[in-house]
Amino acid sequence: MAMLQQEHVGRKPLKSTARISRFSKILRNWQLYVMISPVLAYYILFHYVPMYGIQIAFKDFRINKGIWDSPWVGLKHFDRFFHSFFFERLIFNTIELGLYLIVIGFPIPILLALLLNEAKAERFKKFVQTITYAPHFLSTVVVVGMMMIFLNPRYGLVNQFIGALGGDTVNFMANPSWFKTLYVLSDVWQTMGWSSIIYLAALGGIDTQLHEAARVDGASRIRRIWHINLPGIRPTIVILLILNLGSVMAIGFEKVLLMQNNLNLASSDIIDTYVYRSGILDANYSFSAAIGLFSAVINFLLLVLVNAVARRAGGTSLW
Amino acid sequence: MFNIVVYSLLSLVALCVLYPLVYVVSASFSDPQYIMGGEIWLWPKGMTVDSYASIFKNDAIVRGFLNTLLYTAAGTGLNLVMTILAAYPLSRSDFAGRNLFMGVMVFTMFFGGGLIPTYLLIKNLHLLNTFWVMILPGAVSVWNIIIMRTYFQQSIPAEMQEAAVIDGCSNFQTLIRIVLPLSMPIIAVTVLYYAVGHWNAFFNALLYLSDRKQFPLQLILREILIQGQTDEMVRASTESAIKQQRAVEGIKYAVLVVANIPMFLLYPFLQRYCVKVIMVGAIKG
Repeated sequence: MAMLQQEHVGRKPLKSTARISRFSKILRNWQLYVMISPVLAYYILFHYVPMYGIQIAFKDFRINKGIWDSPWVGLKHFDRFFHSFFFERLIFNTIELGLYLIVIGFPIPILLALLLNEAKAERFKKFVQTITYAPHFLSTVVVVGMMMIFLNPRYGLVNQFIGALGGDTVNFMANPSWFKTLYVLSDVWQTMGWSSIIYLAALGGIDTQLHEAARVDGASRIRRIWHINLPGIRPTIVILLILNLGSVMAIGFEKVLLMQNNLNLASSDIIDTYVYRSGILDANYSFSAAIGLFSAVINFLLLVLVNAVARRAGGTSLW
Repeated sequence: MFNIVVYSLLSLVALCVLYPLVYVVSASFSDPQYIMGGEIWLWPKGMTVDSYASIFKNDAIVRGFLNTLLYTAAGTGLNLVMTILAAYPLSRSDFAGRNLFMGVMVFTMFFGGGLIPTYLLIKNLHLLNTFWVMILPGAVSVWNIIIMRTYFQQSIPAEMQEAAVIDGCSNFQTLIRIVLPLSMPIIAVTVLYYAVGHWNAFFNALLYLSDRKQFPLQLILREILIQGQTDEMVRASTESAIKQQRAVEGIKYAVLVVANIPMFLLYPFLQRYCVKVIMVGAIKG
């Protein structure tokens, strides 16, 4: 196409004809617009219409009146949320879980990639990769289900092991103080291999001449990792850290919901699960839409902020 | 010395990941009384396929499996068509408005209406408890559109498409006769990505389906493994309480295995192709 375009420009260099040629370009490619229209319709219907529906956060939504005709109530729902008993707990749990996940879950794939990169035995390396990538493809239900089985207070492997050592049975899933650790550890188990792929790719792109030069100068392998490999993958690390920090409050809440029960609620209740409970199960539509909007706006601002900081500090950013 | 540390750490990691998986498979082939007695550490004890037999006798599990197959096949088909329909125009540099269209889609990655407005929309569209609610709300993903668009741009020579146009091909014909036949690798990856997503999805079903007959396998799994609703599993049997309890424990492991059989069969492809896409994306990005 590029060639056709050049021809066009070459023949009609005048500015006034630019608009006409643009129009004829659209006309000539009408089929492309037909192609993309179902996808556009999908995005408008399933993504932008719900954005229009956000206004119920500022209204008292009545099903029989619909979104538009429900009465405006201003910030009533936000006010109620900020002063509710749950507010502090939800914010605290959400942020704590998000940060815990980053502090533990972010560096481990980097370490794994650095280790894999040092393993020179190809077949061993492939073997470790094949195994560590596998849990990525298990569903959240399966991972949480396995956790429940292994941690079962009566028959679970973990408690049988504790029992064999003479310890007391721990009811992990019912204990709020265990919830976040279990969430983070199972997440590391499931995702560390897959998340390491991107760092491995970056490590593969590092110029081997750097390593050769360093070796000639007598640098040890640890020094080469520190001075060559780590700086080499720094841009990748920064980008992924931005993405992770930006979504620190947008935790994959499906898993939280699955691991949640009445006994660990004090530690496992996060903003999204509260929205689900009060909105879908209790049908407080406007109130939960307000909470959802509050968290969506914070997430969005967080991403913009973290990106700006990264750009100023290191010259790497998403946009 | 350095090598010893590297290899032993990696072996430890691999062991930690592998052990739970092996244990589940071993337990599923064991006599449940040994599982409950804590006598299984690595290999099956009292080899039996009873647990599997009770799964195939269980209506809910079998129906869930079939439902999931249906949702996965239909959903992935729609996903693929939609992804191609978006990716091809966006890959063309002479497609006026491509940045606008791309922007409209990418924005939804960062901001959305949220759970409640989306739920109300689905409700107003009368999609609750229908087959379509498992297919339409996730009809396409921006991420896969971007990956496929990039492939079209980089792997299919523009000159080839121009030649087709000069020979009188319309845009539709160019897509079907020239571009798609050259894009089989990326189509395979896209299908795999979407299919795994559908197979593992449970949240839309949880939100939008209340009729158990329509439940996908993951919701049945949730009942059995997480909520412990296994009464129905053994209700029919007239066995003693202890035997019932044993049967339930066995079923838990066997159902985990059965739910992941398709994933296990696909894994060699998943690993090879999907890793490649991430690698390419990482280097280009």
